[in-house]
Amino acid sequence: MSRLTVPKTYKLYIGGKFPRTESGRSIPIQDCKGEIAAHICHASRKDFREAVEVAAKAAHGWSGITGYLRGQILYRMAEMLEGRREEFAAAICATADVTTAAARKEVDASIDRLVCFAGWTDKYQQVLGCQNPVASNFYNFTVPVSQGVTCVIAPDEPSLLGLVSLIAAPLCAGNTVVALGSQKHPIPTAIFGEVCQTSDVPAGVINLLTGKRSDLIEQVATHRQVASVNAAGLSKKDRVTIEVGAADSIKRVSFSSLKGDAWYDPQLCASPWAIEPFVEMKTIWHPSSSH
Amino acid sequence: MATETTTNTPSASWEYSAAPERFPISIEETHKLFIDGKFVSPKSRKWFATTNPATDEKLADIATAGAADVNTAVLAAKKALPKWSKLPGSERAKYLYRIARRIQERAREFAVLETLDGGKPIKESRDVDVPLVAQHFFYCAGWADKLEYAFPGREVQPIGVCGQIIPWNFPLMMAAWKLAPALACGNTCVLKPAETTSLTALRLAEVLQEVELPAGVVNIVTGAGDTGKHLAEHKSINKLAFTGSTGVGKMLMRNSAGTGKRLTLELGGKSANIIFADAAIDQAVEGIVSGIYFNQGHVCCAGSRLFVEEPILEEVIQKLTHRMKSLRVGDPMDKNTDVGAINSRAQLQTIEQYIKTGIAEGGQLHEANNQQLPSKGNWCNPCFFTDIQPSHTIAREEIFGPVLSVMTFRTPEEAITRANNTPYGLAAGVWTDKGSKVFEVAKRLEVGIVWCNSYNQFDAASPFGGFKESGFGREGGMQGLKPYVKLV
Repeated sequence: MSRLTVPKTYKLYIGGKFPRTESGRSIPIQDCKGEIAAHICHASRKDFREAVEVAAKAAHGWSGITGYLRGQILYRMAEMLEGRREEFAAAICATADVTTAAARKEVDASIDRLVCFAGWTDKYQQVLGCQNPVASNFYNFTVPVSQGVTCVIAPDEPSLLGLVSLIAAPLCAGNTVVALGSQKHPIPTAIFGEVCQTSDVPAGVINLLTGKRSDLIEQVATHRQVASVNAAGLSKKDRVTIEVGAADSIKRVSFSSLKGDAWYDPQLCASPWAIEPFVEMKTIWHPSSSH
Repeated sequence: MATETTTNTPSASWEYSAAPERFPISIEETHKLFIDGKFVSPKSRKWFATTNPATDEKLADIATAGAADVNTAVLAAKKALPKWSKLPGSERAKYLYRIARRIQERAREFAVLETLDGGKPIKESRDVDVPLVAQHFFYCAGWADKLEYAFPGREVQPIGVCGQIIPWNFPLMMAAWKLAPALACGNTCVLKPAETTSLTALRLAEVLQEVELPAGVVNIVTGAGDTGKHLAEHKSINKLAFTGSTGVGKMLMRNSAGTGKRLTLELGGKSANIIFADAAIDQAVEGIVSGIYFNQGHVCCAGSRLFVEEPILEEVIQKLTHRMKSLRVGDPMDKNTDVGAINSRAQLQTIEQYIKTGIAEGGQLHEANNQQLPSKGNWCNPCFFTDIQPSHTIAREEIFGPVLSVMTFRTPEEAITRANNTPYGLAAGVWTDKGSKVFEVAKRLEVGIVWCNSYNQFDAASPFGGFKESGFGREGGMQGLKPYVKLV
């Protein structure tokens, strides 16, 4: 007699914990054969607000630690993901019509992406910032600093690599993140919190929601504690909603139009120019004279 | 012999030579639009008067660009784009160097015109604005053939046609901040100056003709808000750059949604100037004065919230009062004038309203009312308020005038929290003799520019721009190129 398996209950990841949605709602997710693969948490606006609040509280601590330490934490996430390579490949395959080999390739690229950003945490400042040769007796330099809370809206596909790429850039720069995972293939997002929780990522630094974009898009656009938005795969209508809402508090908005293989290109996804939209340039002047 | 000398040069009859600025410069009676390399009459057939805010005298009539005029200008910029953007960077650079040199040659003329039209003291337009304008063109010129070094790992392309809307507080300087990086990066431009200060931008158009800048690369359309709206909403604009109020910035952001237009915004501020007890107090007081009274306080990064560590409050107030009374308010054309005319009657009314609100909400007004202000023109004595709480209107809202709110703090933590407690994030000043403290506070202030033991310093090589609701994008420095390029 075959053993009865113990399927996982998929939950949200907010403030370092795994709560169910406060709304009690769930969404059935179908596999490629049209059968129910899982019931996913249908995050509510209140879940989103709660996530932004904990992310805002965590922002000071995350931006305050050294780039070296942030790098080690992102690298630890890569280590944890490597250890669960098969589980994530299965999570991708559970609902997407892809081969196991293709799913493994996506997981591998996600691991490598985290490693790449882990390396940037104490270097992008040297590429994006500089000392400015002003024509007066001042020592003047420009440094990139974090913005606060970045809201990520991941593309439907690639569900894991898209999510990882979009959260890693703002995290690398010292921002905290509230991410809404792939609507079509939410299982990788639902289990990614387990990678975060076992990687010394401080509670609140990464928050992961699953559910419907249409429920949350307006909230993402208008929440005043959200400093920036990093989104991919949005319809024109959703992009307009975000841009119009963003004007209320002058949010920084970044839309990615990457598709297919482009997500695998580190030049496009993991260069300092992927980090730059999530920093503010601070220029500091100090007189330089012996008088 | 001695007697003769005395007789010939009696000191009582000595007369100082007039300052060079006293010799009038020529101003045409009408100023047309600058489109496709030529000065053209407006299709709108409308004109408006520009006046000297220090005398209320009319200086000239300026063309109002209507929708059809703006359209012609944008199409001229679009037509000029392919050739200009394909020109080798080293050639584009030479045009910009020519502009810089020509501005240096005509510096006095530009300074006088800026002061006549805008009301700022001649010593500021002469020693700050115009030199910075020349420097900005010279600095950006050098980048034109070196852009790939500014963006390692990427190829650089221009964005296209840029619509640029600028304010009245630093008219020519804002034109330079907008045009120089855009042109260096291979874009073409349509610039709209503020309606009260169009003259120097139009004189710059003469320079552009003189240096043989190809027709259509820069177009200048004058007018008020409607002209700006036509420009911002034109479908052939690829990028919109705006400097002005946060309210208008938000509106432009909303209206640009879904158009794919790139946007940079340099908006308002309510900047904090923080004085610690261990600061060099005399220097800090000079910093307070230059922070809030420079350019009549018409400065987006004006240090309009002063935070003083409690033990030195009395001393700072006493020295500030003394210093404020020594400021000369009056004729902007006088080289000794510190505070000139308020740019417009409307702005003067706004400032006066804020002063009334400050008093009504319980603030105590300290005013340098020892001045004999001219009978004509727009004038406001420099002033500051004590007994101010962070919740008071004048401590929260941008006034854009010579009005300072003085508040206190007890710990560095409190100073940082209070300084950051605003939706704005443009600039701040920190005054302390302790190196570790100055950098820790600078690190934690949520602003784009921190002046440590100084205030209101500007340089073409130094990026300028804010956090939060003070806008996004930088102007100046290497980072100031990014808003004008596509990375591929």
